[in-house]
Amino acid sequence: MKKAWVLIPLALFLAMLGFLGAGLKLDPREVPSPLIDKPAPAFSLPTLDEPARTLSAADMRGQVWLLNVWASWCGGCREEHSTLVAFSQTRAVPIVGLDYKDQPGDARRWLSDLGNPYVASVVDIDGRTGIEFGVYGVPETFVIDKAGVIRHKQIGPITPDILRDTILPLVKKLNAA
Amino acid sequence: MLLKHIFMLLLAALLTPAFAREAAPAAADPVAEARLVQLAEELRCLVCQNQTIADSNAPLAVDLRNEIREKIQTGMSDTEIKDFMVARYGDFVLYRPPVKSTTLVLWIGPFLLLIVAAGILIFNLKRQRLRAIEPELSHSEQALATSLLQPDSTKETP
Repeated sequence: MKKAWVLIPLALFLAMLGFLGAGLKLDPREVPSPLIDKPAPAFSLPTLDEPARTLSAADMRGQVWLLNVWASWCGGCREEHSTLVAFSQTRAVPIVGLDYKDQPGDARRWLSDLGNPYVASVVDIDGRTGIEFGVYGVPETFVIDKAGVIRHKQIGPITPDILRDTILPLVKKLNAA
Repeated sequence: MLLKHIFMLLLAALLTPAFAREAAPAAADPVAEARLVQLAEELRCLVCQNQTIADSNAPLAVDLRNEIREKIQTGMSDTEIKDFMVARYGDFVLYRPPVKSTTLVLWIGPFLLLIVAAGILIFNLKRQRLRAIEPELSHSEQALATSLLQPDSTKETP
């Protein structure tokens, strides 16, 4: 009877260790977005290529699409860029770029240097559209369905694994719906 | 006299930028600015998560302060502004998260732990007090104890 009591601190310690261990695997930077399953915020912004032309969220209605928030000053964007370029060549899903708080000149140069995976990029020069989308760390990628509802948010660089295991299956499912 | 006033105004205009750019709007509307600070202190900066929007100088925090400033100017209430933030960034932006099923552990957890700890303490104290009371021996036990304490019997007992 006495021995069982002695084991309690050990059990508590192991439980704590378990929690701490699980905590190591969680990324505190990944804050779940409240926008999942909510309509994507409306925007109508000038495109990077032709500032006279605007693109709005409504223009993408009827198709599944990705909104990739990027900027030429962002390191993570450079990291994911080659993955995005390769992915865009499969034509699985149109990717719209949201050029977040960037200089259009820098952004254009970036795309011509590294390749352009986007059907179009829109310029969010003051970051207001970013705030509407709850953007806090670039790159971020939203999967938006045919009805214009956000179905998934990827925070941080997209990797080939994330594309294959998460984004592509979801796009396929949404396209079939 | 008028010249002196103009001179003072010019001097003031020249000196203000030296203080700080952030301070400039405060003069415009101190009430709104006080509200902004109060709200910004309640909101977490998502870029540097242990700072409030008021403390942080991350570009996003600056943007969000401007956003709040504009919302105050359009006459939105504090609750409306907080709801705006929560709708985009989630409960995580609030330093005081609302009480609901997902945050219940957060709110009552510490009190539960306190109750459990107090329970254990009381239990232990009671047990100690019981132990402190001298056990009363019956006559046979007393006799046994005395015989065991005899000098010659100690050698046999292990």
